[in-house]
Amino acid sequence: MTIIEFRDVYFRYNEEQNWVLRNISFSVNAGDSIAIIGHNGSGKSTVAKLINGLLVPQAGDILIDGERVTEQNIWEVRQKAGMVFQNPENQFVGTTVRDDIAFGLENRGIPREEMIKRIERSLNEVGMQDFALHEAHYLSGGQKQRVAIASVMAIQPEVLILDEATSMLDPVGRNEIIKTIQHLKDERNITFLTITHDLSEVTLADRTLVLKEGKLVTDTTPRELFAQVNDWESLGLTEPFTTKIANELEKYGYKFSSHPLNHEELMNELWTYNLKK
Amino acid sequence: MKSWLVIGQYVPGHSVLHRLDPRTKLLMIFTYVIIVFFANNTLSYGLLAIFAIWTIFLSKLSLTYILKGITPIWFFIIFSFLIHLFFTNDGDIIWQLSGLKIYSGGLVKGLTISLRFLLLIMVTSLLTLTTSPMEITDALENLLSPLQKWKFPVHELALMLSISLRFIPTLMDELDKISKAQASRGVDLRTGSLKSRMYAVIPLLVPLFISAFRRAEDLAMAMEARGYRGGEGRTKLRQLSYSWLDFQAVVIYIFIMIIFFMLRN
Ligand SMILES: Nc1ncnc2c1ncn2[C@@H]1O[C@H](COP(=O)(O)OP(=O)(O)OP(=O)(O)O)[C@@H](O)[C@H]1O
Ligand SMILES: [Mg+2]
Repeated sequence: MTIIEFRDVYFRYNEEQNWVLRNISFSVNAGDSIAIIGHNGSGKSTVAKLINGLLVPQAGDILIDGERVTEQNIWEVRQKAGMVFQNPENQFVGTTVRDDIAFGLENRGIPREEMIKRIERSLNEVGMQDFALHEAHYLSGGQKQRVAIASVMAIQPEVLILDEATSMLDPVGRNEIIKTIQHLKDERNITFLTITHDLSEVTLADRTLVLKEGKLVTDTTPRELFAQVNDWESLGLTEPFTTKIANELEKYGYKFSSHPLNHEELMNELWTYNLKK
Repeated sequence: MKSWLVIGQYVPGHSVLHRLDPRTKLLMIFTYVIIVFFANNTLSYGLLAIFAIWTIFLSKLSLTYILKGITPIWFFIIFSFLIHLFFTNDGDIIWQLSGLKIYSGGLVKGLTISLRFLLLIMVTSLLTLTTSPMEITDALENLLSPLQKWKFPVHELALMLSISLRFIPTLMDELDKISKAQASRGVDLRTGSLKSRMYAVIPLLVPLFISAFRRAEDLAMAMEARGYRGGEGRTKLRQLSYSWLDFQAVVIYIFIMIIFFMLRN
């Protein structure tokens, strides 16, 4: 079943601008997980905001769950498609974790008893049940993003959009989020749309959409995509750091027993390097 | 933030005062603030002072902690005492030193004004010390809600208040970062004339404002994405409820007020 469909969508923020999105068409099946990649300014966030009606296209149609997004059904659409933004600090509305999750429920007039149940459930899902009464200020970035995910999940959406939700976090926070999302994928049958510059997140998706200057240029699986890539930067991705360092070091005559795949392997190779000689 | 400064701080606890409904506290403090201006003799002032000290006792906070915590206010209290002491020419001269005359009227006026001031500050800081900002916002929203009939934006006001409170620590952190960043670029905030130090504040405020606006824009977007569309049809997670304790407190309070008006002359 198709949950999101774009039909020949054109969009720009104002008349003087060139088209930010040009002739975008794609469709997403319910339950899929999609990664959207592309370099800065290629229009990824714009696509995300079009999906839940924060922006309206100048031409073309967007269908969510078979229904065209219009001014009239915008609130139902936002109920179906929840969104987590980049900056953990700037999407925390409530004073405490509990209040923040309640915010979206209050907006929709959910009765209090139901609210309490949903808050508890969604906090459990993201592993933040012990923090219900904590204030935003005392949470780490990763914890705040987990709360943001819980806030969206409490609304019981069909689509969860993550717009660079991990890009402002440290590696620990990023892992927390990736784990949380993996857990959610197992628990609920939700469609995931991840906008990212992070390779490991791309590999977790079923499908990758590549945007380039407002056009959809590639639509394949991550594996196929990586097989073709030789210019990582044009995709807004960085070649894995360890690969880069290892390649540079080999130029200076270092020889690794096996090519290091992550930081830890590289570190082990390096600190034992002289011992082995 | 200086931790000894009690103005505007909240100290969590389970005292009687903490457990009172914030609306009860708000109304009591509000009437107290007005009533202070009706005291006109030693007895009525005495009663108000005893009441203030008694409530501090009930809050399980120490009196010295509060008195120390309002240090900046002491400056104003002493200042206004001295002004009235030296510049009032009522009553008998009680002390004289080469042209500097102190009248009894001045002493009385100085004492009453500064006592009034002290009582007001003590009682209002007791409110914020025992009531979380969130509770105060809820109480305000609840108490003002009848004004909605006349299109007064009560919900919006309460939301604005709670969001501002929520962002105070964030912006404080940011200010700290900006001032370090600017100091590393040579902006000097600690030395120099008052004027040059005032100018040095500008490179702190400009980035702070720019970032605050950016945050506001992000927040508005996030709120909209989460289905916010004004106060209409909203339910509330946090609820206020009066208890037996509130009833008791109000009865005692009214009783004290009656005694107060009997003590006045
Ligand atoms: N509010 C706005 N008004 C005008 N132009 C905008 C606005 N927001 C974005 N743009 C422009 O639209 C284009 C696409 O922006 P968008 O935010 O969708 O990019 P992105 O792919 O999300 O980039 P990033 O990786 O930096 O987040 C950019 O050229 C940007 O300058
Ligand atoms: Mg973006």
